[in-house]
Amino acid sequence: MSNQTRIETRNLNLRFGSAVVLKNLNMSIKSNFVTAIMGPSGCGKSTLIRTFNRLNDLIPECHIEGEVILNGMNIFDKKVDVVELRKRVGMVFQKPNPFPKSIYDNVAYGPKMHGMAHGKKLDTIVEKSLKDAALWAEVKDRLRDSALSLSGGQQQRLCIARTLSVQPEVILLDEPCSALDPAATAKIESLMVQLKKNYTVIVVTHNMQQAARVSDYTAFLYLGELMEYGEAEQVFKNPSNKLTEDFITGRFG
Amino acid sequence: MVNEQVKEKYVKIFLYFTASFSILVLIAIMFFIAIKGMGMLTVEFLTTAPYRFEYGGIYPQIIGTLYLTGVCMVFAGPIGILAGIYLSEYAPVNIITKILRFFVESLAGVPSIVIGLFGLAFLVYYMHFQISLFSGGLALGFMILPWTVRASEEAIRAVPFSYREASLALGASKWQTIKEVVAKAAAPGIVTGLLLGLGKAIGETAVVLLTAGSGLESFLPRSIFEPVASLPVYLYMIATQGHTSEAYNRAYGAALVLLGIFLVINVFASLLRNYYIKKHRVRFG
Ligand SMILES: Nc1ncnc2c1ncn2[C@@H]1O[C@H](COP(=O)(O)OP(=O)(O)OP(=O)(O)O)[C@@H](O)[C@H]1O
Ligand SMILES: [Mg+2]
Repeated sequence: MSNQTRIETRNLNLRFGSAVVLKNLNMSIKSNFVTAIMGPSGCGKSTLIRTFNRLNDLIPECHIEGEVILNGMNIFDKKVDVVELRKRVGMVFQKPNPFPKSIYDNVAYGPKMHGMAHGKKLDTIVEKSLKDAALWAEVKDRLRDSALSLSGGQQQRLCIARTLSVQPEVILLDEPCSALDPAATAKIESLMVQLKKNYTVIVVTHNMQQAARVSDYTAFLYLGELMEYGEAEQVFKNPSNKLTEDFITGRFG
Repeated sequence: MVNEQVKEKYVKIFLYFTASFSILVLIAIMFFIAIKGMGMLTVEFLTTAPYRFEYGGIYPQIIGTLYLTGVCMVFAGPIGILAGIYLSEYAPVNIITKILRFFVESLAGVPSIVIGLFGLAFLVYYMHFQISLFSGGLALGFMILPWTVRASEEAIRAVPFSYREASLALGASKWQTIKEVVAKAAAPGIVTGLLLGLGKAIGETAVVLLTAGSGLESFLPRSIFEPVASLPVYLYMIATQGHTSEAYNRAYGAALVLLGIFLVINVFASLLRNYYIKKHRVRFG
């Protein structure tokens, strides 16, 4: 495994109107590891990862200062093409949100929009993405069915496959299991561990056990501040911050 | 104390009767037209041209009505959809957008005879489109435009934000997102809105009377710039100027056919809507 930095935030500040949501964040996220971001509800976890693919641009009252460096380039730089950035930094949302299209068309959508492939080559991409998302076996005979006919866990894996289809470098997952039952959760967790071979995985989670199970690096965010960040073992066994310890031991959160 | 339960019961019965009454009016109209018009529904009536008020059939009127609504939809459909997309996706929230929306909504309240008059002055005389299929279709388009714009805007707004986010997060552009995801998910709502607009256009008399033709034309137009017959205008003409039982019978026959076309469109609209909902399991406004 390489040990290079994929994403680095430098003095990142973010506010919605006058409400400050992220405060002076400095963290560097390593390639080919799973980084978990934990913290109580409303502390800014989603907001943080939504800055990584500039999805916050959709919100007019959002103001950002500081830098987010992806592969040495500030993503807020004027030269950066947002469309290209979002192709490189994929995202899976909290609630499964497949398009009201067929299973096949959901996965083929991204490659088609980018003119990456059509015909046989597109079929190959769809199959590979579904396999990588551990969904192929369950859907290979019903690719033309509506994606909305899948179960919640299958839908979420479909959304992962859809994200993989455009071959991103980074995959952001925003509480991907919060709408799922334990069996589906276990599948997605093992998937995350698989995915780090080829991708940089950043996962937001409410759930300490989940963070402990899947992450190599763990961050603890509290009221928009980075309280703790380091190797997962370190953070869980020996947190440097009293608040982190309280959170981990379940005293609040 | 007054017995509340008894009161409740009377209120319920009263409401029941008011509801039944409105349905009864509808049934009565349909029944009346059906009974009176049924006798006229012969192949000859449906396939021949009229001759004065008392003779012949309504073939050019049926086809003319379809032509007129066709031209109307070709005009009002795309503009309605694109304007709906603009208003829901691109229009900034400012005073200009508000004024624009106010005008669209006001247009919906303009009496159709006024739109007809405008069509006559602007399309027929000023633009020299003549009393014609083209003028009539366009004027009908003016009339239903507010409805198609509104229906599209609302259907598009009803598409969940999460679809847009998912598409943008894949690196699709805004226009790709609208075209490939939002518009498709909104399609059932848009189509239903268009078909309901079409239903309005089919029965419209005043607009067509002033812009399209005298209703009794016995030929189909050979070009889009020739006058065209239509069922509502035909009906109006022979009902007000026929004065014979042959003429009245023809009016009822034409009314029944008009009602039939209208019902077919409405049934088609709801079937299409159900089909889309089933296929995509999308819900909309
Ligand atoms: N579009 C927005 N406009 C204004 N404020 C917002 C917006 N989105 C989020 N916020 C605020 O920013 C703060 C952080 O929200 P965020 O969604 O990032 O929290 P979170 O850590 O992901 O919480 P949860 O665990 O509940 O998902 C919250 O106080 C929230 O109210
Ligand atoms: Mg969140």
